[in-house]
Amino acid sequence: MPQYSDKVMDHFTKPRNIGEVEEPDGVGEVGNPVCGDMMKFTIKVKDNRIEDVKYLTFGCGAAIAVSSMVSEMAKGKTLEEAKKITNKQVAEELGGLPGNKMHCSNLGADALHNAIDDYMAKDKASAG
Amino acid sequence: MKEINLDYAAAAPLDKRVVEKMIPFFTEYYGNPSSGHTLGEKPKSAIEDAREAVANLVGAEPKNIIFTASVSEANNLVIKGLVKAGKKRGNHLIASSIEHFSVLNQLKTLEKEGYRVTLLPVDNYGMVDPKDLEAAIDDQTILISIQTANSEIGTIQPIAELTAVAREHDIPFHTDAAAAAGWIELDVEAMGVDLLSLAGDQFYGPKGSAALYIRRGVRLMPQVEGGIQEKGLRAGTENVPAIVGLGEAAKIAKETMPDRAGKLAAIRDQLKESLLEAIPNLHLNGHPEQRLPHNLNLSVEFVEGEALLMRLQMAGIYVSSGSSCTSQALKSSHVLSAIGRPPELAQGSLQLTLGPGSSAEDIPYITEQLSEIAALLRNMSPLYHQHLKEEKTNASVQ
Repeated sequence: MPQYSDKVMDHFTKPRNIGEVEEPDGVGEVGNPVCGDMMKFTIKVKDNRIEDVKYLTFGCGAAIAVSSMVSEMAKGKTLEEAKKITNKQVAEELGGLPGNKMHCSNLGADALHNAIDDYMAKDKASAG
Repeated sequence: MKEINLDYAAAAPLDKRVVEKMIPFFTEYYGNPSSGHTLGEKPKSAIEDAREAVANLVGAEPKNIIFTASVSEANNLVIKGLVKAGKKRGNHLIASSIEHFSVLNQLKTLEKEGYRVTLLPVDNYGMVDPKDLEAAIDDQTILISIQTANSEIGTIQPIAELTAVAREHDIPFHTDAAAAAGWIELDVEAMGVDLLSLAGDQFYGPKGSAALYIRRGVRLMPQVEGGIQEKGLRAGTENVPAIVGLGEAAKIAKETMPDRAGKLAAIRDQLKESLLEAIPNLHLNGHPEQRLPHNLNLSVEFVEGEALLMRLQMAGIYVSSGSSCTSQALKSSHVLSAIGRPPELAQGSLQLTLGPGSSAEDIPYITEQLSEIAALLRNMSPLYHQHLKEEKTNASVQ
């Protein structure tokens, strides 16, 4: 088992914002069971801001902590701000991740971006 | 906090009698067994006593046992040593697809060097079918290597049936008995094997102690050349305390096997039933009966192994997993994949191995903790939520 930072352990043992928002405005998924990590983010958008964000995660300690951290970082941000959150920033906010976890487990920001893109595509479709 | 070790296959404390037997050989009888003078006498005779005890454990003659530092080393001596000695005879090797990496990785290297390798499939329990072995053999086959039992899922192979096939074609048969030795009855004659590797640390002996049985007439080229220790097959001054420890552990294992194995099998069966009853969608990996007495392997569907392992550790319970995240190579278990487990079940596997500290008294606590942890991780798993939705749909259709 890798050495995790206190921040990672805190988010792993007490993950925030677990679940799925009701009638989500955007849904974003990444990963698959083969690599061992899967994340599903759902967001509620109001006035161009992420009003609510929840996630479901199948994965290791790092994947769970990353999901939890991303949900905290994204909540209340504008869509543009949220799009700027990077996987690297998430890892930094968590006090670092073990090297071998940087790629496979650190996909939370990607899942969030997918949810935002999903919302934007739907928004465009309904506007058009 | 209470600590419960369910990972004894990774490491177990030495039997105190083994330690006591070893201690004088560090300082009192420190001599070199190769010495011509008195100081070498006691270490030399102690090595021969150990050889006899190990031979006795596997029904062999002492003269056909050599000592190595690990089963990995013994397996390297077998495969590399036999390939080198038998180059003229052929270029084809056969093994099961669930062998230890000390066998599989050598075969990969040999393939790159131009040898042909057949990895035999296993059924859903991890068993090799003798018919598959028969079909794989050709006139170029120089070695068959199939483990006695699998360390991860505990399945015991029908070795005698497999060696019968090998014998018809006169092909040397090696079995890696690392997981099995000390736990089930082994007899090289009844099994019909030509080579057998075993390790002391798997039955309460010291780490760094292992042995290889070599049937008379099987030629191996040494992989460590130098002095003529161990009949010239393994040069280097003998690790006398480790060998003495291995001998003592083998002696105790031989004497106490039915009792020791029976006691752990009973606890293991109770633990299995308790967990399967308490936790839905929990799957047994490996053979239900033909398995090592101290091994249990379960997949907790919808969740990943490292998260389980971390949560269990917080509850004082130590286990192993076959998930990608818990492996150094970040690959999920090749054994679980070979028995047909889909990736999500391989990722959620737990390997539980019992040992000297195991007690039926701990079963309620283990069951309670694993139930809670499984529920908690499933609650945040997209696979579990998908499963719930599918269940709902199916129910409404019916």
